[in-house]
Amino acid sequence: MENLDSFRADVAKWLEQNCPPSMRKPMTSEDETNWGGKRKKYANPEEKQWLDRMAAKGWTCPTWPKQYGGGGLSNAEARVLADELRKIHARPALISFGITMLGPVLLEYGTEEQKKEHLPKITRGEIRWCQGYSEPGAGSDLAGLQTRAEDKGDHYLVNGQKIWTSYANYADWIFCLVRTDTNAPKHDGISFLLFDMESPGVSVSPIKLISGSSPFCQTFFQDVKVPKKNLVGVKNGGWTIAKKLLQHEREMIGGMGFGLGASGGGGSIDQMAKEYVGEDNGRISDSVIRDQVAQHQMDQRCFMTTVRRSMEEAKAGQGPGAASSMFKLYGTEMNKRRYELLVKILGSQALGWEGAGFKPRELAATREWLRSKGNSIEGGTSEVQLNIIAKRVLGLPD
Amino acid sequence: MSLALTEEQELLRNTAREFVTEHSPVKELRRLRDSNDPVGFSRDLWKQMAELGWAGITLPEEFGGADLGYAELGIVLEECGRTLAATPFVSTVLLGANALLLAGNGTQQKDVLAAVAKGEVILALALQEGAHHAPYAVATKAEATKDGLKLTGKKTFVQDGHVADQLVVVARSAGKPGERDGLSLFLVPKNARGLKVTRTVMVDGRNSALVELDGVEVDKSALVGHAGRGADVLDPVLDRAAIGIAAETLGTTAEAFERTIAYLKTRKQFGVAIGTFQALKHRAAEMFTQVELSRSIVLDALRAIDEKRPDVPVLASIAKARVSDTAFLVGNEAVQMFGGIGVTDEEEIGLFLKRARVAELTLGDGAYHRARFATLSGF
Repeated sequence: MENLDSFRADVAKWLEQNCPPSMRKPMTSEDETNWGGKRKKYANPEEKQWLDRMAAKGWTCPTWPKQYGGGGLSNAEARVLADELRKIHARPALISFGITMLGPVLLEYGTEEQKKEHLPKITRGEIRWCQGYSEPGAGSDLAGLQTRAEDKGDHYLVNGQKIWTSYANYADWIFCLVRTDTNAPKHDGISFLLFDMESPGVSVSPIKLISGSSPFCQTFFQDVKVPKKNLVGVKNGGWTIAKKLLQHEREMIGGMGFGLGASGGGGSIDQMAKEYVGEDNGRISDSVIRDQVAQHQMDQRCFMTTVRRSMEEAKAGQGPGAASSMFKLYGTEMNKRRYELLVKILGSQALGWEGAGFKPRELAATREWLRSKGNSIEGGTSEVQLNIIAKRVLGLPD
Repeated sequence: MSLALTEEQELLRNTAREFVTEHSPVKELRRLRDSNDPVGFSRDLWKQMAELGWAGITLPEEFGGADLGYAELGIVLEECGRTLAATPFVSTVLLGANALLLAGNGTQQKDVLAAVAKGEVILALALQEGAHHAPYAVATKAEATKDGLKLTGKKTFVQDGHVADQLVVVARSAGKPGERDGLSLFLVPKNARGLKVTRTVMVDGRNSALVELDGVEVDKSALVGHAGRGADVLDPVLDRAAIGIAAETLGTTAEAFERTIAYLKTRKQFGVAIGTFQALKHRAAEMFTQVELSRSIVLDALRAIDEKRPDVPVLASIAKARVSDTAFLVGNEAVQMFGGIGVTDEEEIGLFLKRARVAELTLGDGAYHRARFATLSGF
């Protein structure tokens, strides 16, 4: 424990000296996130400074091995670092799918050459990655994917299409699931390929959602040549890697604190209810809405307490508990209920699309309500989560 | 306080589970019911539980209690809930003893609490007057006489009222029904003149009583706490009792859920176990989710009492509402999934539905507690 205390002191001192002042303020919008990449333009030089300094320390990827640009920290040390960053309200130096999803998979399945080639650029924010998984015909049934990679001797020739590729229009490289064997059972013919989004034959088309613009894209591949050295793991052994990566993705989504955030533009739901529906001696004047607001706040509290219990049971060596398998399911459905209640409360003020007559927070609520419909679909639909609970937790037979 | 059980708590849970499974399984409830047992629970069993230290788990050592916490009492209550064990835990420990512990005078505490810990005395709280839990809707009058006071009114749904040695009666010495101010609590012995107690047999095989007070005379020393400020005692008593019932009902619900899952795996129709049908899988997974959420909030609420946290009232309402709703869901889904035999008396699962219903309405259901939560939260 002495080592941790002196480590903490060192971290605090380094942060004090190296975290620029404008990086110690919370981001006011998601647009301020630093995703890195070749196309990133730095309006604020302190943002680049912060990234460069953290990357030089290896602290954009604290627990990765030092030889690949990581910090070489233990999990306990990484927690101390996260803690100290929180204390000074430092914003993340770099957010990246390379950090949360691809990196861990390369560390486990990549060759030494691949690790040396790709990991340092992830840690420095030089290369921005996107994920090529789902296809129009392969959503919940991801293993049914059809994007073909034909073996052409010294390279693969990729043809097909991906959908829901977040930020494909900004990404430099893609990690992509492809079919390398059309005769084998579907799970046994999949490979994990990496390639440059600038490769000839790659095109991108943003997807507009019912809530307006989104980071999602369709990505098209027409005769894209991918060098064989970009195959991760063994040919046709990509499904195992894909599943591991999905686990990392789910942990990432789980860590986002779904359903627990503030509503569109501040003001708690009960305050909004008093303002938009009515107040009677300090009480929401509509007893049905009052009951629903109470139910929602109780749901939040029960959910937060369940997350906490899961962590404490894990720490006491009693985990991972069965309860954690319902987090994504419950958190996203609760988030949808939140927005349905909010939109109901805001009434016709939540029916605006844009422009005059609506406050920014009202327009935001409407957009967020629409966007929330995707929460119970992306990252594994609620129906799939129910299937998983039934099978893996309750042991109900196939 | 961690929500994970400590080793000692796990040991207590295993001991409690073994004890109730052996000495008060579900068929014991049937026996009490079918034999029209006049008490409604086994006094011998209660004595045994007292000898194990359970009756006095949360009582101070000076009264022969174990001076442990609600985290421990909750474990025992939950195990009792699993086998539908009929006990006077709610009436005597959670309601009556808490009223005396929080506000009784020296004599009241000395005379009664040690006897509660020994399993020798049964208490009851006579509060409800209408068909719904409404703690301040008290019309029972406490009027001053030249020697003391006299109590006049009618109480309903008084758990163990017909076997209570002492009743804690909530009456009104000032103000109008519905107002928080003006309530007074009195300790009334069972043989008081003018006191008429009628046992009511409830749908869950347990019992409550109608209590009529026809000018029952009491001395000023019968007052528990301060005259006119009874709500200051009643509120925390009801919070602790609501959390305790939530813990017991959590056990009932968890057991009903587990029996249902087992049934889905073994019952075959159309050549397969019915648990292979996706519709039932999804409903089972939904129940699982609700039981887990209920468990978490009950565990937190129990610990909040022990830590003397200011959010005990809010947690009491969240826990009671959540468990009430989950008990309703699971009780009904269980009977439905058991199919035809689920509605027979022979099959035990129906007993769980019945108990869930009574527990739901004891000390406030989901609707009551959501409204209370809203008031406590400022909306």
